[in-house]
Amino acid sequence: MIDPSAPGFWSDLFQVLLIGTGQTLYMVGVALLVTIIVGLPLGILLVGTEKGGLFSAPFGSRRAGVVINRILDFVVNLGRSVPFIILMIAVIPFTRLIVGTFIGSTAAIVPLSLVAIPFFARMVEIAIKEVEPGLSEAADSLGATSWQIVRKVLVPEALPSILLGLATTVTSIINFSAMVGTVAGGGLGDVAFRYGYQRYSTIHMVAVIIVIYLIVQALAALAAWGARRLQRQNS
Amino acid sequence: MIAITDVTKTFGRADRRVTALDNVSLAVERGEIFGVAGQSGAGKSTLIRTVNLLERPDSGSIEVDGRVLTSLGAAELRSARRGIGMIFQHFNLLTSRTVQGNVELALEIVGVDVRERRRRAAEILDLVGLSSKACVYPGQLSGGQKQRVGIARALAAKPSVLLSDEATSALDPETTRSILALLKTINSELGLTVLLITHEMDVVKTICDSAALLEGGRVTETGNLVDLIRTPGSRLARDLFPLGEVHTPAGHTVVDITFSGGLADRPVIAQLARVHGLDVSILGAAVETIGGNQAGRTRLALPGARDDIDRALADLRGQGLLVEVVGGADA
Repeated sequence: MIDPSAPGFWSDLFQVLLIGTGQTLYMVGVALLVTIIVGLPLGILLVGTEKGGLFSAPFGSRRAGVVINRILDFVVNLGRSVPFIILMIAVIPFTRLIVGTFIGSTAAIVPLSLVAIPFFARMVEIAIKEVEPGLSEAADSLGATSWQIVRKVLVPEALPSILLGLATTVTSIINFSAMVGTVAGGGLGDVAFRYGYQRYSTIHMVAVIIVIYLIVQALAALAAWGARRLQRQNS
Repeated sequence: MIAITDVTKTFGRADRRVTALDNVSLAVERGEIFGVAGQSGAGKSTLIRTVNLLERPDSGSIEVDGRVLTSLGAAELRSARRGIGMIFQHFNLLTSRTVQGNVELALEIVGVDVRERRRRAAEILDLVGLSSKACVYPGQLSGGQKQRVGIARALAAKPSVLLSDEATSALDPETTRSILALLKTINSELGLTVLLITHEMDVVKTICDSAALLEGGRVTETGNLVDLIRTPGSRLARDLFPLGEVHTPAGHTVVDITFSGGLADRPVIAQLARVHGLDVSILGAAVETIGGNQAGRTRLALPGARDDIDRALADLRGQGLLVEVVGGADA
């Protein structure tokens, strides 16, 4: 039990929150970056390898397209259906291989990215499917390569939706980052667990909730603002 | 310039196969505006999309500007497509780019550098009359302005052929006229060959030099408009000069007389009355300028005995007029 009236309580709380927030932002930020770098192409490939898609016949073989599409679809569904706490433990050997350890904020980035990538890839897939097929066709008629169509038509046109999908993705990464805290990943989840739960400090618990709420709201507002800015051009 | 030879295209699986194009052949001359007319479902859209292989035909060949597109590899086809501009019914402009950005897209694809892109986009926007809207997004434009952007984008890479897929079908009549006038200007100033499809006969009448009629995936008529007008029984000619249903007054013979070329100013009615003593009544008439010539069709009701009438009509035919008996006692 922590005594709130003890000298230095508030400055300690501040210190602990600051470190926790820093760790959370670090985990979430890097995981988000990895998610975008891997999830965006994955989502594009998911749409592209469908029947009639831009990459429906890679290397001139429709069979290859079908196989790639099936594999991606399976991987994405698998990633989305395994509960995070199980995924986190199951990928420990993989985490070790990449980071060298499975404890700490850096190690936590691996499972966080792994859970967010399939989620974001689906968002990208949906966003790109919403793009009017006539636009790709127009680029096609101008002699564009598949890569040019992706870069100049599909991604820019889907960007407002992708941005909103990204906001949802960040929220879920923050959500899971708190769970990582319970297995020595650090961050705000760790603060809530060690101080709020194990040492019965309601003040720590409330403070963590407020900080996480503010982070999520700020990011959601930022994404909504960005999407609106992009969409204003269309009306 | 464009040669479509024996093109067949079917959709669907074996058990429910729909034939969109059935052995279609068409030839479009360099520098002309060629219109393919037909009702919706006739296969017009499929036809124009096979020309730049957005739709690959099941069989047959497509040749554009001396290149047989149907035998090209992917990279060669892309380069050939750069010589074939296309405009669409729903414009298909990128909402994420400004007007200028949309035009520059065509040039980026070809690999033109930034400065040349700017210069070329400004030049082409000036041609279509949209210089003042260069920095505006398509969402803020009217339909006619959007189609002008579409045209500018299609022309940016200096193609030799322009394909128009129902480009005016989403526009009101006045805007349609201004877009057609623009197409005509482009055709004559840049020497561009235009192939368009439309379900509006007015479009064919206003700007086309030649036309084809597509019905149920087959070409049933094709030719120069002036020649088509002179062809007895031509459906296209009839649609170009709609005179409506034939109502035959009792004891009369109804004839359609088609004028074209230098014959439009012949005093036919006066001649029928004076020389043949027939009391002509006019049931309907349509006059248009086609291919730079006055052409028209008049529907007349002629009273009296069939023998007298036949003699009079033979006289008119002798002068080069197209005369068709469309109603009467023994028509």
